[in-house]
Amino acid sequence: MIDLLLAAIWVFIKVFIIVIPLMVAVAYLTYAERRVIGFMQNRRGPNRVGWHGLLQPFADALKLLFKEIITPTPSNKYLFIVAPVLSIAPALAAWAVIPFQPGLVLANIDAGLLYVFAMSSLGVYGMLIAGWASNSKYPMISAMRGAAQTISYEIAMGFSFVGVLLAAGSLNLSQIVTAQQGGIWHWYWLPLLPLFVTYWISGVAETNRAPFDVAEGESEIVAGFHVEYSGMSFAIFFLAEYANMIMIATIASLLFLGGWLSPFEGIPVLGPLTSFMPGIGWLLLKIALMLFGYLWLRATFPRYRYDQIMRLGWKILIPVTLIWVLVVALAVQFHLAPWFN
Amino acid sequence: MCMSYFPILVFIAVGILVGSMPMLAGHLLGKKHPNVAKNAAYECGFQAFEDARLPFDVRYYLVAILFILFDLETAFLFPWAVALKTIGLPGLVAMSVFIGLLVIGFIYEWCKGALEWE
Repeated sequence: MIDLLLAAIWVFIKVFIIVIPLMVAVAYLTYAERRVIGFMQNRRGPNRVGWHGLLQPFADALKLLFKEIITPTPSNKYLFIVAPVLSIAPALAAWAVIPFQPGLVLANIDAGLLYVFAMSSLGVYGMLIAGWASNSKYPMISAMRGAAQTISYEIAMGFSFVGVLLAAGSLNLSQIVTAQQGGIWHWYWLPLLPLFVTYWISGVAETNRAPFDVAEGESEIVAGFHVEYSGMSFAIFFLAEYANMIMIATIASLLFLGGWLSPFEGIPVLGPLTSFMPGIGWLLLKIALMLFGYLWLRATFPRYRYDQIMRLGWKILIPVTLIWVLVVALAVQFHLAPWFN
Repeated sequence: MCMSYFPILVFIAVGILVGSMPMLAGHLLGKKHPNVAKNAAYECGFQAFEDARLPFDVRYYLVAILFILFDLETAFLFPWAVALKTIGLPGLVAMSVFIGLLVIGFIYEWCKGALEWE
């Protein structure tokens, strides 16, 4: 009995060891976004609070903490309060199965990717319920748009996962990474390039980020599904969005960019020179790279029109992924060298 | 076996805590000065004309139905993809027939205009 209790406490500690750095990363992603986009637009971004503005996220959090939380009269009170929690809980829970290094994983379950997929699908409920419970026009429009967009891109995302599963032959995330061993040309981004691109586009659309941010579309529907939210309840939505971005970037690194594997594996000089780098370092570098891609997209592209978004999802991404899944299946079946032998 | 899923349960609980604790803190620390105008539904300063829960475009419904179809297909593809190396060519042929049937349905709905949003 006491052993079981100790084990449970140990699990709790490990969960917090993951969650606390994650929340710090989320806070600094918001800072990085404002800074990076600032520099891309030839301005400075936040640079007043603390050294180079590094305390800005905490100032924002404190400010939001002391703001009034308004619950609109026509809203459905219970659902209105539950919605932010529903959007952040899955975004964090998906981290339970992420492997950081060989053996360094909280729950090494065999259904890892399936679990991640399930959790990322649950995120849509937060938005949908928030929009409906607000009982206000802009949130309602935004929730409809956002939900339809998210589920459309989820299909393309699911098919790109299928391609990875075919290549790796396992749902376990650690085994998927191990299957990519053999240097940068063996990572799945190359043999599964169309699926990688599809996954990345779907990931941006799933998190409702620019250029697919019609659910927030501040020029049309003010702020979308969280128009009625204020103070901390708004902050939770904000955190959930950034936690989801980090999640999508992490999955991209694990499935297509070789996870903790070194990009210089098997290269004569660079390989031994960089061997001091632990696997988790490479993984974090890859995640940072993908996150920078998110910010870069936002600074570069104008917002898509809604019909264009739906057309891209249904008429381009789904056919592309379907065809490439069949191609990968044939390649695996006939042991196409050098990737699938 | 089941024990490896226990951390996930804990993680979900912690996720819910991370969501609800700041909200609780916000409720306790924040100001509370409600008034009628502040608590009304936001509509650019106007009085709300009518309830927001109006009938919506049927295309959203259509997308949801199509999503269920394709997501089910994904659910079938996942185990197939993992097992392909064991089941070999017969498995590949069987799944090709299945996907082929779905593609025919997909082409049909495309031609019917179910995917048009203009």
